[in-house]
Amino acid sequence: MASVPDIFVKPAPVAPHAMFPRMYVIQQVRKETADTFTLVLEDRSGGPKIKFAPGQFNMVYVFGVGEIPISISSDPASSVLVHTTRAVGTVTRVMAGLRRGDAVGIRGPFGTVWPVHEAHGHDIVIVAGGIGLAPLRSALYEVLSQREAFGKVVLLYGTRTPSDILFREELEQWRARFDLEVYVTVDRAQPGWRGNVGVVTTLIHKLPFDPQKTTAMICGPEIMMRFAALELQKRGVGPDSIYLSLERNMKCGIGLCGHCQFGPYFVCKDGPVFRYSRVKDLLVKREI
Amino acid sequence: MSTTTLSRIERAAIDEIIKLLRQQQYTVVGPTVRGASIELGELRSTLDLPLGWTDEQMPARYRLVQLPVESLFAYTVSPHSWKRYLFPPILKLFSATKTGKGFDLKSGEDGAARSSIPSAGDAVPQYALFGVRSCDLHALAVHDKVFSGGTYGDEYYARARERTWVIAVNCTLAGGTCFCASMGTGPKASSGFDLALTEVITEEEHYFLVETGTDRGRSLLEAVRHRPAEAAEVARGEELTENASRQMGRSLDTENIQQILYQSADHPRWDVVAARCLTCANCTMVCPTCFCTTLEDVIDLGGTRAERLRKWDSCFTMDFSYIHGGSVRPSVRARYRHWLTHKLASWIDQFGSSGCVGCGRCITWCPVGIDITEEYRAIRESFVTKSATSSAKEANDGNA
Amino acid sequence: METLERILGEHPFFQNLDEPYLQLVTGCASNVRFEPDACIFREGEEANQFYLIRQGRVALQILAPDRGPITVETLEEGDILGWSWLIPPYNWHFDARALELTRAIALDAKCLRRKCEEDHNLGYELLKRFGHIMEQRLSSTRLQLLDMYGVRS
Repeated sequence: MASVPDIFVKPAPVAPHAMFPRMYVIQQVRKETADTFTLVLEDRSGGPKIKFAPGQFNMVYVFGVGEIPISISSDPASSVLVHTTRAVGTVTRVMAGLRRGDAVGIRGPFGTVWPVHEAHGHDIVIVAGGIGLAPLRSALYEVLSQREAFGKVVLLYGTRTPSDILFREELEQWRARFDLEVYVTVDRAQPGWRGNVGVVTTLIHKLPFDPQKTTAMICGPEIMMRFAALELQKRGVGPDSIYLSLERNMKCGIGLCGHCQFGPYFVCKDGPVFRYSRVKDLLVKREI
Repeated sequence: MSTTTLSRIERAAIDEIIKLLRQQQYTVVGPTVRGASIELGELRSTLDLPLGWTDEQMPARYRLVQLPVESLFAYTVSPHSWKRYLFPPILKLFSATKTGKGFDLKSGEDGAARSSIPSAGDAVPQYALFGVRSCDLHALAVHDKVFSGGTYGDEYYARARERTWVIAVNCTLAGGTCFCASMGTGPKASSGFDLALTEVITEEEHYFLVETGTDRGRSLLEAVRHRPAEAAEVARGEELTENASRQMGRSLDTENIQQILYQSADHPRWDVVAARCLTCANCTMVCPTCFCTTLEDVIDLGGTRAERLRKWDSCFTMDFSYIHGGSVRPSVRARYRHWLTHKLASWIDQFGSSGCVGCGRCITWCPVGIDITEEYRAIRESFVTKSATSSAKEANDGNA
Repeated sequence: METLERILGEHPFFQNLDEPYLQLVTGCASNVRFEPDACIFREGEEANQFYLIRQGRVALQILAPDRGPITVETLEEGDILGWSWLIPPYNWHFDARALELTRAIALDAKCLRRKCEEDHNLGYELLKRFGHIMEQRLSSTRLQLLDMYGVRS
């Protein structure tokens, strides 16, 4: 006979401090565009070094104000943690006003990862829209650190106007490489802009990649991701080779509070990176 | 044929059981009358149980009615469910104190001024859940899966659950809104308890059958007056629980439920129920398996002390799915559809079993009496008819 | 001429066009070149050509008195520039300006319009193809209008 009721499921080992923020200190706060800023953070929690993989996110806590999920946009090889986000709500507005030396709380990393390893041998197509470039930046760094493992690597980045272009210097450095193709477009031009004007999806049909051997990673507003996935499929890329990063309301980040549900999936633990074939029917359902 | 051995005990032994548990520092909680309903509260003896009370439950209706006998368990489920003990409505996750530019966190009160809000880092009270119905046993198992079965668990729940005693009670009558039989969750408790009691009241006698489910349950039984139950007594107990099963006025057919609900996102029935639903969230509060919570960060006026609280939340609120200036599910239709689809279908994908245990609480406590079994039946029936028509058509086309 | 026919025939826009029609179209084609900042056509002018861009970048612009020329879309290698030649009263609705050195094949619209009136099948084939382009441009314009990177108020 059992010593405890036999339907009691033995608890899975609880990751230490999954609900307990660790202290990180701000090294730098950088204004990227009118409403977007970057935090460069150093781990001062005294705990073991945390490794993360591109695609994951942290729950970032501002003392007494609140906590929000932000994708990690650091180079996985670097010793600092980088988060880029828009200042749109209470927490992010306070965060944008923090200074070097201030502390924030970090819980994470949580969530699924971009399939960089699975894409070995493939061409890589990265389609980023607006702030979606932030999580894809991590993926691009990882791809470039193993460059020989891939075929062609293409970055396609669309944003609202030229003054909303993120990571301009890095984009210029990437564009200068011979083993990387970078296309940048804006929805709306400003005087003096001589680059591409048009939604990011219109460039997909002319990108140089082999649809049979391509892995595509898309991140941006959901509408953009849907249309980009459609354009990629028109080119012949299979829905199993296209990955999106989705976003929903998150509180706990660990699949226990129920808020981030998207159909049967928890975006915090079954995502945020999803294979397109898995979610394409849900994406077109109203208010799902 | 049942191979478990049952014992027979009298009411005095039940008092003794409660006393022994209390002596071991367990807080015994169970059904007790408060105002016009049966709630869950601390029990010091069988005198605290709803003696001689039964409940009349119907959609949007709950009444207590007196019986001519001093029964202990002649009712079914209360608006409270047992989740409030292992999964408290408000839990303090941590408190933080500002230190220079940083902050210090701690998760317990460490014996400091205790508030009525439990703290995640503190020692959890030991509970003996007394009077748990089979549906609620299954609800406990569902929560075990939710809170302990994944990569990340609820640490407080795991610690509280480890010590919790479960004394189950087999239902001998069906509640007005119950449908556990069709959900496979009752009325007879099959596992997950330390002891399970069945109350037998005849013209001449009033006794209790006991089944043990664990070693410690067996030891507890050994410590009180008991004797093996006779065949006739066992038979009478079985008849009573079978009766409860037969009396059930509702059922929910779970065959193919995932396929049906996933393909019914645009079913017109959602509009019908949306015209009635007030999104008051009563159903999610009384449901023994609903587990959604929200996190609230609060700070004192001086700006030096902050706390994070975890509170029960409901998918029926507008903010539940709020991102970037809008709710993903602004309409009532979408929110009701989300709740029902999650409870009956997505839950199976997420946790391996249905989220519904057939307790009927959501039906009783809905102010407008929405019946989950009726809503699902309406969807299921037209789905089945539609598929039948299309397969008939396919067959005919093949013959043409 | 021969080279032009091959180039046109290989372009997705003219794919599956019957050989005699392809020759017809080629008969109306010629190579053109625009220096950086050259004006290709202006709003209001008669639309007598359309272009298949082979190299470079063209901006479709609207002139606003207080803001100067605003670029609403850019087209590049492989894109078709201009459909106003097909629809009465055959006037351009926008300015088109080469942003960099641009080479294109120009197709004589007057010539083609006449041939389409004579042979409606040719007209239908061209209209089908342009319908597809218009649908794509409309779709992407709608996405531009959504301002989807903006913050919802």
